Amino acid sequence: MARSTRTLLVGLAVVGAGILLAALRVNPYVYFAGYVILQYVVIATAWNILGGYAGYVNFGTPAFFALGAYTAVFLIQSTRAPLPVLILAGGLVSGLLGLGIGYLTLRLRGVFFSIATLALSIVLQTMIINWEYVGGSRGLSVIRPSGPPFGSYVTFLFAVMVLLSVVAVTVARFIERSWVGRGLAALRDNEEAAECMGVPTLRLKLFATTVSGVLLGVAGAPFPYYVTFVEPTSAFNLDYAVNALAMPMIGGTTSWVGPVIGAVLLGTAQQLATVTISSEMNLFIVGVVLVAFVVLAPEGIVGLVRRVRGR
Amino acid sequence: MAPALLEVDGLTKRFGGFTALNGVSLDVTPGERFGLIGPNGSGKTTLINCVSGALPADGGRIRFEGRDITAVPAHRRTRLGIVRSFQIPKPFTSMTVAQNLAIPLEYAAGARSDGADVAAEAMEILRTIGLESKAHTRPAGLTQIEMRKLELARAMAAKPKLLISDEAMAGLSSAEIDDILAILFRLNERGITIIMIEHIMRAVMRFSERIVVLDAGERIAEGTPDAIVRNPVVEKAYLGE
Amino acid sequence: MVAGLLLGGFYAAVSLGVSLIFGLLDIANIAQPAFVILGSYAAYVMNRSFGLDAILTGLLFTPVFYVLGAVVYRLYYESFERRGEESLRGLVFFFGVLFIIEVSLSLKYGVDYRLVEAAYIGKSIDLGGVGIAFRLLVPCLVGLAMTLALHLFLSRTFYGRAVMAVSQDRLALRLMGADPVRIKTIAFGVGIAAASLAGALLITIAPVVPSTDRDYIGRMFAITVLGGMGSIAGTLVAAVILGVAESLMSTFFGPSWSLAVSFGILLVALAVRPAGLLGR
Repeated sequence: MARSTRTLLVGLAVVGAGILLAALRVNPYVYFAGYVILQYVVIATAWNILGGYAGYVNFGTPAFFALGAYTAVFLIQSTRAPLPVLILAGGLVSGLLGLGIGYLTLRLRGVFFSIATLALSIVLQTMIINWEYVGGSRGLSVIRPSGPPFGSYVTFLFAVMVLLSVVAVTVARFIERSWVGRGLAALRDNEEAAECMGVPTLRLKLFATTVSGVLLGVAGAPFPYYVTFVEPTSAFNLDYAVNALAMPMIGGTTSWVGPVIGAVLLGTAQQLATVTISSEMNLFIVGVVLVAFVVLAPEGIVGLVRRVRGR
Repeated sequence: MAPALLEVDGLTKRFGGFTALNGVSLDVTPGERFGLIGPNGSGKTTLINCVSGALPADGGRIRFEGRDITAVPAHRRTRLGIVRSFQIPKPFTSMTVAQNLAIPLEYAAGARSDGADVAAEAMEILRTIGLESKAHTRPAGLTQIEMRKLELARAMAAKPKLLISDEAMAGLSSAEIDDILAILFRLNERGITIIMIEHIMRAVMRFSERIVVLDAGERIAEGTPDAIVRNPVVEKAYLGE
Repeated sequence: MVAGLLLGGFYAAVSLGVSLIFGLLDIANIAQPAFVILGSYAAYVMNRSFGLDAILTGLLFTPVFYVLGAVVYRLYYESFERRGEESLRGLVFFFGVLFIIEVSLSLKYGVDYRLVEAAYIGKSIDLGGVGIAFRLLVPCLVGLAMTLALHLFLSRTFYGRAVMAVSQDRLALRLMGADPVRIKTIAFGVGIAAASLAGALLITIAPVVPSTDRDYIGRMFAITVLGGMGSIAGTLVAAVILGVAESLMSTFFGPSWSLAVSFGILLVALAVRPAGLLGR
């Protein structure tokens, strides 16, 4: 069908552009910063599949992200597995976490799921701190594989992240436009009515939680190679929790476009700001912006644009 | 006598220390127009919630078309053909009226194949109910009676065998009540069994072939509208509250 | 074991706010731990600048925190509750508040551990062969007093009973002649005021950093859910259970697993609750 082919071509074009950019070997900072921004595209998109499409708020993004990262660390330490395996494994493990938490809490009201995810990060962080094999609280150094394409491993990771973000956005878009997406929207609007109209709400919620978890784990898996020194404080950083919320909320939660806009805008702003203000100040501003948007412009930029265009 | 479409057998439901339903039994025959009445708090909506699967029962069994559905989840019951409308309309607010119908069409009625078919069927249902001009409006832009009609239209889109209409007429004007009543009569003519829960007596009396009366979680009377009206037990239940 | 019991009394104090706001009012105020930490820092500042006893500060600041709570609730009500959109956005709102409070404290006071000094910290008494630190005993006793006070407030005073009514039946409340929004404002304010005192207790027991609030999220909600939402007595019992469970865990497996205990209890409590969308 014409539409699917067109999507595929656009996706391939973006990946191609990313590879081209990587091959050009411009200022390395572009790749460092670009990686972080694209990582957030994946994170924000992943969060939104559950938060925006289904209406279930996950406050424990660091847990899923870090689990992906630490799964990779474990595999690097034990088997020196290649990057694609790390990514798949990270996604799988975080997906299972999503499924598990979902299974335990999604039969109840949404607020209990959110509370459980809020507590989840701390607990998981505690467990990782106690696990010496992956570095414990001291952290662990990870050696990048030699001979990367494009000369520098970071540049290579940048290209990988371009691919991963295209994959994530494609998955989100596909879900959004399918009957699954419509069912998720129904359960987001009114779960009781959706269930009574034949929507298998529990199954759809579990699906969304699992897919969201998989993508978050996928985002985290390359992290060890990016930072080369992995320790719990940075892997479980609060940045991930608040950005995963703020980026979709600012961009707009009802479509795949919102998280992308939010991630690019907020991510770029934060990259530019790190040189001028402290990281705490940065977080403070993000927090304020988040509250401002949720109170004043809950539909995000996408919603504002729609309103201006007179829909 | 035809085998019952719906059999409720000794249904019990408790909320903490409060017993909302105490061993209620009733049968609904296929194609019947069945009325369920009772004073406020008598357990009518709780009964409907248990039958539709929104609430798990604490005791008793429910059978539909001969099959025990007591443990079947709500969405599956809808697919089997038990559809309820809500007393306070619960539309899908982010979607248009037509899209609201697409959900039950796709999920309950199994019309998952072609997008165009679903849209056409939705329009057809909206035409039947008189809402086709609002097909592309969001529920926020509907009047009170249009919302009620949307509730019914959505229920129709789920292709029910048994439709449970929960106080669809509360707060409507006389003409609007007749409007809704006409729709329900039409649906029944097509073979859909209908359970009507209502406080508006003239509607229930006109519509129902048989009525069951609940009071304080128990069944206190059953019969034709005429018999119910003359039943002293029923009168006492309504006046003595 | 004794430490666990004492800890339980303290945990009850910390959880009272959530029990009130989430258990009774059904508002998912996940920012509560941040308010507690705010109380801790208030006590720290007063202690460092004026040598004021922490618990005294906690008490003095209750009116301030009450007003703060009322303001926050009003904002929440106007933005979300009135429009019927509590769920997703209300949660995100409170998370934003939690976040802003925690980060502001980081900005102002840095990430070093802060503690308070008082005459009784460091001393202990001997009860039947067991040494009990005042550091734990005093907060426990204050916690018990708070629990009793809240229980009396809810059962004996007009406003307290109105709060119980609002959690069950808004219509009955209107018939009582009270405005539900006003009652909820009062209740929310009381919940945040409790955080002031709880925070003072917290910093008495152990030094704090801004991120300490996150340790308590799991505990507060585990206790509230386990205790039966909104039951003050239940909160106390659940708090003691958690306190004892944590100390036992700490004795056998080391202190870092104590958070897993509260999380585990939270999950178990959630699993045991009646399921279903309409269930509460």
